Amino acid sequence: MMLIPCPWCGPRNETEFHYGGQADVSYPAEPQQLSDADWARFLFYRANPKGIFTERWNHQAGCRRWFTIRRDTTTNEIFQDDSHEAVTR
Amino acid sequence: MTGEYRLAEGGRINRDRPVRFRFDGHDYEGFDGDTLASALLSNGVHQVGTSIRYGRPRGIASAGPEEPNALVQIEEPFPEPMLTATTVELRDGLVASSLPGQGRLATEPDPARYDAINAHCDVLIVGAGPTGLAAALSAARSGARVIIADADTEFGGSLLGSGEALDHAPAGRWIDRVTAELRDTPDVTVLPHTTVFGRYDDNYLVAVEHRGEDAFTRQRTWHIRAREVVLATGSHERPLVFPGNDRPGTMLATSARTYVHRYGVLPGRRAVVFTTNDSAYAAAIDLHDAGVEIAAVVDVRPVATTLWTARCVERGIQILTSCAVTGTSGTDRVSGAQISPVPSADSAPTVPSELDCDLLLVSGGWNPAVHLHSQARGTVRYSEEIGALVPDSTPRGVRSVGAAAGSFTTGECLRTGSEAGRDAAREAGFGADTAEVPGAPSGPVTPPQPTWLLPGVPAESGDEQFVDLARDATVADVRKAVGAGMSSVEHIKRFTTIGTAHDQGKTSGLLSSGVIAELLGVEVAQVGATTFRPPYAPVAFAALAGRDRGDLYDPVRVTAMHDWHLTQDCPFENVGQWKRPWYYPQPGEDMDSAVLRECHAVRTGVGMQDVSTLGKIDVQGPDAAEFLDLVYTNKMSTLKVGRIRYGLMCHADGMVFDDGTVMRTGEHRYLISTTSGGAAGVLEWLEDWLQTEWPHLQVHLTSVTEHWATIALAGPRSREVLARVTSDIDLDNDAFPFMSWTDGTVAGKAARVCRISFSGELAFEINVPWWHGREVWEALYQAGSDQDITPYGTETMHVLRAEKGFPIVGQDTDGTVTPHDLGMSWAVSKKKDDFLGMRSFSRADTVRSDRKHLVGLLPPADSAVVPEGTQLVELAELPEPPVPMLGHITSSYRSAALDRPFALALVKSGRDRIGQTIYGHVGDRLVPVEITEPVFYDKEGNRRDG
Repeated sequence: MMLIPCPWCGPRNETEFHYGGQADVSYPAEPQQLSDADWARFLFYRANPKGIFTERWNHQAGCRRWFTIRRDTTTNEIFQDDSHEAVTR
Repeated sequence: MTGEYRLAEGGRINRDRPVRFRFDGHDYEGFDGDTLASALLSNGVHQVGTSIRYGRPRGIASAGPEEPNALVQIEEPFPEPMLTATTVELRDGLVASSLPGQGRLATEPDPARYDAINAHCDVLIVGAGPTGLAAALSAARSGARVIIADADTEFGGSLLGSGEALDHAPAGRWIDRVTAELRDTPDVTVLPHTTVFGRYDDNYLVAVEHRGEDAFTRQRTWHIRAREVVLATGSHERPLVFPGNDRPGTMLATSARTYVHRYGVLPGRRAVVFTTNDSAYAAAIDLHDAGVEIAAVVDVRPVATTLWTARCVERGIQILTSCAVTGTSGTDRVSGAQISPVPSADSAPTVPSELDCDLLLVSGGWNPAVHLHSQARGTVRYSEEIGALVPDSTPRGVRSVGAAAGSFTTGECLRTGSEAGRDAAREAGFGADTAEVPGAPSGPVTPPQPTWLLPGVPAESGDEQFVDLARDATVADVRKAVGAGMSSVEHIKRFTTIGTAHDQGKTSGLLSSGVIAELLGVEVAQVGATTFRPPYAPVAFAALAGRDRGDLYDPVRVTAMHDWHLTQDCPFENVGQWKRPWYYPQPGEDMDSAVLRECHAVRTGVGMQDVSTLGKIDVQGPDAAEFLDLVYTNKMSTLKVGRIRYGLMCHADGMVFDDGTVMRTGEHRYLISTTSGGAAGVLEWLEDWLQTEWPHLQVHLTSVTEHWATIALAGPRSREVLARVTSDIDLDNDAFPFMSWTDGTVAGKAARVCRISFSGELAFEINVPWWHGREVWEALYQAGSDQDITPYGTETMHVLRAEKGFPIVGQDTDGTVTPHDLGMSWAVSKKKDDFLGMRSFSRADTVRSDRKHLVGLLPPADSAVVPEGTQLVELAELPEPPVPMLGHITSSYRSAALDRPFALALVKSGRDRIGQTIYGHVGDRLVPVEITEPVFYDKEGNRRDG
């Protein structure tokens, strides 16, 4: 049960959150101009690192805000000071 | 016969309170403070059942949770399987039986209560032996919030069973003094009989507190979030592997000592003590002093420690160094031990000598209880010095100390415990110091000699040398695994099942690593150990479930009209957490006939349905229109105030994920509806885009699902019925056309009425504030009584919408279906620059001509309904596998209006195959079905205006 730092509500139990996958995969500015391959890359390709991962969470059972944290996927250590309200996906 | 092995005095039992109990059909007596095991031993009962594979007699082997043998089934007070006799508290009226193999669950509901509690603390101390108590004292005096938990019924750990003195006084005095101080310190929580069984991320630890059979809640699960954790979990004595090491009467040496000191019980009359280390000498001395004859101390080491030798000599106890027990005799109980010298390179083989005994005490060294440390992702290393695994790395916020860290003298445990408590409190931000600790006697220690396989014991006897007593797994089994080429301890564990029983290898785990290492000819460190997983000790599911069972298992959501539905005895369908009426049976009706009647009523008269569960989201803000244009496939900005539009939402991959209606309620305001089960997901999805991708849009989203109770009034007579309960709404079709809404009064309550139809019939959706829901529902029911107004449930709603070819997202779609696949290209705007999903509609995969389309299917008119999920194939006879699949049936019902079965299905290139016949695979038959348009009823849409 991870303790996840919501930038608005403070640290809360993992069960209050919903995972949002890799952060900073921004929606392409002009999707219609992209090749099928580039669009597929946006849709389907995500990093899955062993180690530090920048990822999104939604405080679903709390303030409903989306935010970004960095987490070590091998230890689940979250770099607490680093969480911020997400402005990119 | 009661208590002939009970000492006349001593022990921490309450001799004023005798306790009667029954085991395997015999009545016995023990005392308050006994465990089932100590009470049985006091009556001379060692054997508690037979082994799981070979049916060999097995006895009590330990005095704690590491017990591999003494599994019992509790019958009274309440059936509970698979408990260890060494941890069952004796109580009056207890009825138990021995248990080879599986236990028996109760067939009747458990009358006891189970509960859960959440707690936060600065320092959690696991274990209240000398180490844990010293740690708690340091931490508690700093003002930190401290929780100290111990699995045992009372605090003290090893001190309870060793008869040791602290500061020249019985250790019990120190234990009582410390425990009292802890109890009196504010912010310290003292939890005896509480097993911390799991450590999870960020120091989330879960414990189960055994509160007793008479407590308000029998067991309570503690969910503890701790800043710092001190693991003072102690260690487990390890048995030894030798032929016949499983005979009842064979017991861990220190456990025997515990039976003497803590319970005043002699586990036998004449003992052989077999050891590889010093600790068993204390047991030999204490048992001797309590009246047990010690036949010999058999030590594999060439030299015994001087101090212990002197004490043995004083008492006339013979010590056989460089010797080992290499066999036992006896039928149901050990009656003799064979002793052989440990062979060396130059010694000749010798004939073993036999010593008579009724008790064989063994000590193969001590395993620090590193379970929680490992669960915290702490690594362990094999220490040659003590012949066991010890904590290596230190995980964040977790420190192991005392015997759990490989320190085995009481003095060192007290000192390091006190320091660990101080350090943990400091780490948590408190100015802590070490609490003073009492003096404990100590002397020089001779290093143990880790022993796995005894040299000189023939390999043939491998099937009598037990490594894991609980699993009946032997050296022969390990030899077989190694012979088959296995070298990983994880593989061998799974092949031999060693370490997979209720005790999770507490006594057998490292032992098997040692045996594997010897058979492979490598170091134990290279073999390592298997993963330590929670739970540390078995936990009852009832304790984990707590109060979350029955009606409280999951939150239930009900509508404002729910109590009315209950009066109709209708069955409910679970939609997410919602309870929705499924159908309303009349006396003698089954579901099929009820649904046909309800369908007929809506098509020919008037019906009403509670549709309050549909998700509703209020969308407000100057950019609301722009926002909705981006998330729906259709254009919502052109919708006029007062009008309603059906909308589809897709993920960026172009697949439909929700649908519903969009009402424009103002220039900058919309009310959108979602599927009943999808409301939370849609809100999260919309928030995601609004917050992260389009934060410049000024839009606010509010869930208003439970603000509005909604009643669908459907059927050709619906206008007539509604007219009777409203005077300020012009219901004329021109004034109030299809897909518009208006505010007015219905049954005296402010209402928002929509012309929406999910059945194809003339229909109104009446929204009123939630708390007026039932009143308005009853008023409408009353108003339609002479028209035979018919309440209908979700099943009828499904049939009616399927007759019209309206898909249900999540039933007729599965996340691989585009709007075009559904034949709903009309709902996809071509006038927008972009919306979620748009780009994907031109991907190579989504423009394939052989995608699955939503079509109708007609089985023969006189056939049964073809089950939903039926696979569809091309031919009337199945070809050799693999059989190409064309798709599957997504919705299937009998139609009252058509008087025949019909279905919706996703079929490859379905729209290009209308009129063709394919086959549904039902059981072992192939049923012909004709592919049709998905709209079966009123294709022209003439009925929606009444």
